Amino acid sequence: MNVQAVPVEHGLIAAGLLFALGLVGLLTRRSLLFVLMSVEIMLNAAGLAFVVADAKWGRADGQVMLIFILTMAAAEVSVGLALLLRLYHTLKTLNTDAMRLLRG
Amino acid sequence: MSGISFVAFYVGAGAAVLATALAIMQRQPIHALLYLTVSLLGVALTFLALGAPLAAALEVIIYAGAVMVLFVFATMTVSMPSDAPPGHVPPRGLRAVAGPAALGLLLAAALLAVLRQAGEAPLGKTMVAPRDVSLLLYGTYGVGVELASMLLLAGLIGAYHLARRSRTERERA
Repeated sequence: MNVQAVPVEHGLIAAGLLFALGLVGLLTRRSLLFVLMSVEIMLNAAGLAFVVADAKWGRADGQVMLIFILTMAAAEVSVGLALLLRLYHTLKTLNTDAMRLLRG
Repeated sequence: MSGISFVAFYVGAGAAVLATALAIMQRQPIHALLYLTVSLLGVALTFLALGAPLAAALEVIIYAGAVMVLFVFATMTVSMPSDAPPGHVPPRGLRAVAGPAALGLLLAAALLAVLRQAGEAPLGKTMVAPRDVSLLLYGTYGVGVELASMLLLAGLIGAYHLARRSRTERERA
């Protein structure tokens, strides 16, 4: 068994790329569904960065943070999708440009 | 970290980045969801290669499982007018799932290789066992667990309240 470790930079680069892709999706897509997906991608990238740091230091704290991120993402997506259904019911579209007014 | 985990890390990370890039470029939401699921599975493989089996399992169960199912349900509930040009016919059948399926098979092959090797030698040099994570989670981060439970309760009530039809709508129906 040859001991060969992934450099921590490569893990962080992967996390950074995923986060950047999520940000690009968030900024370019106009459908609310894609916006929510992009937010999930970015949260996931943050989790990856935590686990990479975990592997670097040999600690378990990063995985605990990942569990908190997962919890938060689950709560976020349930409220977000409920809002999405609500908005679709009211506006009959998911285009974020159509959501300019605060009154329902 | 042994050689196969080393390779599995790059396979997982590469597949995740590629699938995410394809996901945000799809026109049809359901195709994007397929790619996004593959991306999450790739990240899970990365976790496994980094010596975090609990994180990998949670990633598959909660993200690729529960959260993606919520997205699929939402996609099925709303009939999305596709933002494709009018003459454009989206790919159907096997052609539509070829990309995610190919990436998924690649990930499955890498996972099998890792699991075969895992029987003989421990995974990463610094594998963090689920036991360590649990002890830390319910020990040092106990307050965080309480806060997370409150957040989940708030999310549950919020989602219920938002999805419920208001009184005027019920009278109209």
